[in-house]
Amino acid sequence: MTLLRSVPAASALAFAALVLAGFVLPDWAMFLVTMAFAKGLVALGIVGLMRGGLVSFGQGLYFCIGAYVSGLMANWTGITDIFLLSLLGVLAAGAIGTIFGPLLANYRGIFFAMLSLSLSMILYGALSKMTTLGGTDGLNVAAPTFLGYAPEGRPLGLALYLYTSAIVVLVGGLMRGLFNSQRGLIALAIRDNELRIEYLGASVRTAMAINYVIAAVLGGLGGVISGLAIGHVDPEFSFWTTSGEFVFVAILSGYLSIPAVFVGSILLEVVRSFSNLYFPNTWQLALGIFLLLVIVLLPRGLGSLTLRRRKAKEQA
Amino acid sequence: MSELALEAEALHKRFGAISAAEGITMGVPKGAIWSLIGSNGAGKTTFVNMVTGYVKPDHGRIAFEGRDITRLSPRQITRLGIRRSFQIPQLCAGLSVLENMLISLTINGEHPPSFWRPASHATEVDRAIDILERFRIADYRDRLMGELPAGVRKLLDIAMAMSGHPRVMLLDEPTSGVAAEEKYPIMDLVMEALSAEEVTILFVEHDMDIVTRYSQRVLAFYDGRIIADDAPDEVLADPDVQRYVTGEL
Ligand SMILES: Nc1ncnc2c1ncn2[C@@H]1O[C@H](COP(=O)(O)OP(=O)(O)OP(=O)(O)O)[C@@H](O)[C@H]1O
Ligand SMILES: [Mg+2]
Repeated sequence: MTLLRSVPAASALAFAALVLAGFVLPDWAMFLVTMAFAKGLVALGIVGLMRGGLVSFGQGLYFCIGAYVSGLMANWTGITDIFLLSLLGVLAAGAIGTIFGPLLANYRGIFFAMLSLSLSMILYGALSKMTTLGGTDGLNVAAPTFLGYAPEGRPLGLALYLYTSAIVVLVGGLMRGLFNSQRGLIALAIRDNELRIEYLGASVRTAMAINYVIAAVLGGLGGVISGLAIGHVDPEFSFWTTSGEFVFVAILSGYLSIPAVFVGSILLEVVRSFSNLYFPNTWQLALGIFLLLVIVLLPRGLGSLTLRRRKAKEQA
Repeated sequence: MSELALEAEALHKRFGAISAAEGITMGVPKGAIWSLIGSNGAGKTTFVNMVTGYVKPDHGRIAFEGRDITRLSPRQITRLGIRRSFQIPQLCAGLSVLENMLISLTINGEHPPSFWRPASHATEVDRAIDILERFRIADYRDRLMGELPAGVRKLLDIAMAMSGHPRVMLLDEPTSGVAAEEKYPIMDLVMEALSAEEVTILFVEHDMDIVTRYSQRVLAFYDGRIIADDAPDEVLADPDVQRYVTGEL
């Protein structure tokens, strides 16, 4: 158990487990987990914002930017290498985030949420009208290659799954480091009392803007992977319901545990797939009830389960 | 001029019909320890708020070591070296006492806050506990703000304000809410810590024993104006002060 307290050890263990799982999971489950992880990355960015007291209802913006970068790059320049595409998607999302971050960092609560939402809806509207980019139909995305390796069929699904798992473990470890860091504690303090933080001499706005850019980068990364995994991108990536799902996962998971974000994301995908199958018209209802239960029973999210266990152990 | 730590020139501030400052003027020499007294609503906190940039005066000018700071933000003013504690402690409710102290040390450390260095690094934790021990609140280190007695909250608020080498320290009612037997030890501690670095101190206080014992000079506020400004004994003997502030007449 003390081994699990060390972030690198826990990450290595998690990655080993994910790799092993990759060889036994059926194709559909592997795709489900890949998508859940990609979206979990976006939700993790929101969790970072939530620690500072902000919720963005517009992360679809960055998700969509990342996805379109992966699609357009392949179509325009023939670049299909997933590492390069990820880097480009992250840079594009990070650049846009750096422009909007300092502006949005002046707003709080519902104003911040609505402004971030409107930015994503502007992109949605623009993409829908741009016939050169496929309009509402979107674009097909070529299958990615992995440093020259160009798998097809199940090996492609497996390679994407392993790539995504590696990213999730790496990003998860880094974000844990960030959350535990001095900056991470300042974010929590800002959520409690901005006035005090300003009066200690730190800039609340800068801290918020930094969290926003990090969330943008994670949004872009999740978008690149999703676009490549689905093989198709369209303006829906930036639609408000897409952003809503990320917020759903972030609230479901809470900000106490990083693995909880990815577990939460998998849960959402599972509930969606199964309810879609069995009650195609009422799956949002199932989702709503599910979230309601979590909020009532675990107000601090799924992550608080780990906290309770740790507390119980310490008291024992 | 440069011997003055803090200058206020004809500060005016109205809140609707209420005049909270009506020509407040003072020049506080470096290293001075002055107190501000006055009945409820006299404008003491408003003055502290104006000096620290939280409330902007309608007109008038504030200078710190000769530099105009009237239009600066609380953060900029804090960075220059003017620190304050709050009448109602301003703490981070979701964090423990230790974490609150760590925040303060982190922000005021030698290096800018790190994205990587753990907030609970042993070096900072030791220093934080050291400070909490000096303020005799180390026993509460793991408690959240909601569980703390008012006096502990007050002390934590002051301890947080004091980290980071202030040059001017404004204390808004440092002993209110603190148990009677703790008042003098706390004032001793604060004064000792600050006097070592020749910090200029202004403290708002309702307890006249504390005022007499710790301040070299007293400014009595009434209705947004300073009605007396002299050594403690002189001010407390002033009939206006006795009528409007201490209520002895
Ligand atoms: N932000 C504000 N908005 C409206 N009125 C205010 C505001 N701040 C202060 N006031 C008013 O200004 C006057 C001076 O208030 P201030 O807080 O400065 O008094 P004080 O001398 O600190 O009193 P106390 O001893 O009660 O702390 C009061 O009448 C108060 O109600
Ligand atoms: Mg006051």
